[in-house]
Amino acid sequence: MSSKFTSSRRTLLLASAAAVPIVALPLGQPKAEGLEGVTLSRYQPVFFSPAEWTFVMAVCDRFIPAEGRGPGALETNVPVFIDQQLHEGLGSDIYLQGPHKPDAPATLGFQLPYAPQDTYRIGIKLAQQACQKQFGKPFEQLGEKDKDTFLTALQKNTVDFAALGEPTLKASQFFGQFLGDTKNGYLADPKYGGNKDMKAWVAIGFPGARAAYTEWVDQHNRPYPLGPVSLSGKRA
Amino acid sequence: MPNITNDDVDVVIVGLGWAGSLMAIELAREGLKVRALERGPDRPPEDFAYPKPADQYAYNTRNKVFATPREAALTVRYTREETALPTRKWGAFAPGTGVGGSGLHWTGVLIRPTPTDIKLKTYADQAYKKGQLDADMRIKDFPFTWDEIEPHFDFFDKVCGLSGNTGNLRGELQPGGDPFEGPRSSPYPLPALKDTLNNSMFKDVATRLGYHPFPNPSANVSQAWTNPYGAQLAPCNYCGYCSKYPCLNYSKASPQTTILDVVKRMPNFDYKVNANVIRVDLHADKKTAKGVTYIDEQQREVFQPAKIVILSSFQFANVRLMLLSGIGKPYDPISETGTIGRNYAFLSNGGATLFFKDKHFNPFATAGATGEMFNDISPGNFQDGPKLGFIGGAKIHSSQATGTPIGAALPPGTPQWGKGWKEGMVDWYGHSMGVSITTTCMSYRGHYLDLDPTYKDPWGQPLLRMTFNWRENELKLQRYLREIVLKIAGELKPDAISENFLKMDSNWDITKYVSTHNVGGAIMGTSPHDSALNRYLQSWDVHNVFVPGGNAFPQNFQANPTATIGAITLFAAEAIKKQYLKNPGPLVQA
Repeated sequence: MSSKFTSSRRTLLLASAAAVPIVALPLGQPKAEGLEGVTLSRYQPVFFSPAEWTFVMAVCDRFIPAEGRGPGALETNVPVFIDQQLHEGLGSDIYLQGPHKPDAPATLGFQLPYAPQDTYRIGIKLAQQACQKQFGKPFEQLGEKDKDTFLTALQKNTVDFAALGEPTLKASQFFGQFLGDTKNGYLADPKYGGNKDMKAWVAIGFPGARAAYTEWVDQHNRPYPLGPVSLSGKRA
Repeated sequence: MPNITNDDVDVVIVGLGWAGSLMAIELAREGLKVRALERGPDRPPEDFAYPKPADQYAYNTRNKVFATPREAALTVRYTREETALPTRKWGAFAPGTGVGGSGLHWTGVLIRPTPTDIKLKTYADQAYKKGQLDADMRIKDFPFTWDEIEPHFDFFDKVCGLSGNTGNLRGELQPGGDPFEGPRSSPYPLPALKDTLNNSMFKDVATRLGYHPFPNPSANVSQAWTNPYGAQLAPCNYCGYCSKYPCLNYSKASPQTTILDVVKRMPNFDYKVNANVIRVDLHADKKTAKGVTYIDEQQREVFQPAKIVILSSFQFANVRLMLLSGIGKPYDPISETGTIGRNYAFLSNGGATLFFKDKHFNPFATAGATGEMFNDISPGNFQDGPKLGFIGGAKIHSSQATGTPIGAALPPGTPQWGKGWKEGMVDWYGHSMGVSITTTCMSYRGHYLDLDPTYKDPWGQPLLRMTFNWRENELKLQRYLREIVLKIAGELKPDAISENFLKMDSNWDITKYVSTHNVGGAIMGTSPHDSALNRYLQSWDVHNVFVPGGNAFPQNFQANPTATIGAITLFAAEAIKKQYLKNPGPLVQA
């Protein structure tokens, strides 16, 4: 079973991330186990700046918080997943040639001139500006209730990016990209850096890469008894 | 001019998916020198050994074995008055690329249309009063009879090791099968897959309500199978990674598992990958092609001379290549002249998701085609269509194509994030099932494909432009089907239910996945005035160009398209072998 992730450890993690520069990973440590072996408190982001990383950590902690049943986003290294995905070229498959018409009907799909990397860079900057304006401090220093209120405002576009000078990206679009990546990181195979120790799979009852159920397919309405296996062959 | 010219071949095949692979083996076995050009990468079976495909994020979320919009986008608009915008990310559909094409990662539902579906115009003229249907509707019969095409369906079923219950064997109805299917010359090669919990629940209620459910016809094989080409498939192990994934168990029929392993051993067949064909080169009189030009891996332009050109890429790519090459006349929806681009149709889906606190569906333990469906509500099988003034129908089904957790359904009212979302996943993952529809879609005068005036691909060629939206006929059909689905759902007594159907004012939403069953644009027919191809998929205009694929369908039926693509390709291959090689020229006189 996975070790309990206490809220005090989580607080320490958030505080240390906010307060001090991230210590570089000792060479060789992540390589040995790939991204599955990363310890979040010692992880050095490869895409985000230290200030952006602080914001990302704090938002992930509200998107999938530690409280309640099931592991939280920090316990499962979701920020590592997002940082790695952005570094590895997430969005390189998007058709980005202009002209762009960002005000097209939503049913005609994504029409921004931005790759996800741009969306995060712009979104984090403007969200922090808006937060500073509204609360007088950066997002990571808000109480949990204010954090959730502010995230809801991003989700519902009551934070107005246009008023902050951004011509196309809406707060809700930044929010949607971020939330989608957070859920992906929580539920993807651990090899991508999130879902540490397959804790999210254990919590929901998904057996991962077992991928052979000839004997189980017609055992109707019986919970599957075995825990998950990862692509790297680990069990939980 | 291209700076490289390859050695001559008898047949060049553009696109190595189902249609290209069938043409390759059929024509190579005839002794012809055959070369396939595939725009995407090679996808050899060893790339898909366990556990590699068991990766939802790579294959499902990030579309690992699909074409990218960056290279293969098209543009979309609702009416010809609007400016079309690019599909910058895939949403409603996602075409494949690479060896095997969409046939590598399809779900494996291998179902035939009914005899009424292939003669839909005849049925409409008989069953509907004059003026009852949309005046802009342009539906047509397929240009062959059931008896002509059935042997080719039958052969393709055997290529794929079709698993399921026979419904109609040479006119005799069989228990457990689809009583509405056309007569088969031989039974399903293999028995049905095992039913999952959702299947048996749906089947019980549907039967009680008087419908005729049967197992989804499956090309994920239920038992070991050796096909007519000598290729072998292993019994499906219900791995749960099927739709959007290559098969890790050699159980899903794909070009790789059923054809390419065999044809690759033939000395008169070869193929090149990352070879992006940019045009078909025509002789000066435009009546025949001399070959094709492609961009190779080193970005060089290469000319491939050939006596016969097979365009067997995805539907969009076939239509676009015809437009880029000047094969046939582009369609004009105002004057209704020209043929290339007309009769484009998509399709809709929809359904209800049912949540049960106390039921464990184990959705990860499933084959791609796992499900039960019924065909009672398809054209000619029910009377409400003519009564209510819409034509069409649907297969109504409960399928469980995959059970991976990213994007798993949650009951209505569950928060999208925070503690509520997290606990929603804990409480509800594996506790839901679907009751769904896959509908017909008619073709219309104003729904068509042409070249976009603004947007270009990375090689500087114009994108294909699609003009399409839902019409009243399709929306009425959705509202009608909704009642049936909700009735079934109610009988199952779920703890919670969510629904997803089009409303009468819905526009086509390109962001929500439906399926990649896009059809039409270069259709088969009986006249060069309103079709691009004759019944043998031969261009009316350039007789050594054949264009097998979903592009040939004059409208979309409720059945998944792969069985029909296989059958019409085999029908065309037979005509090439038996008639065209002896006497190259138009196989049907215009």
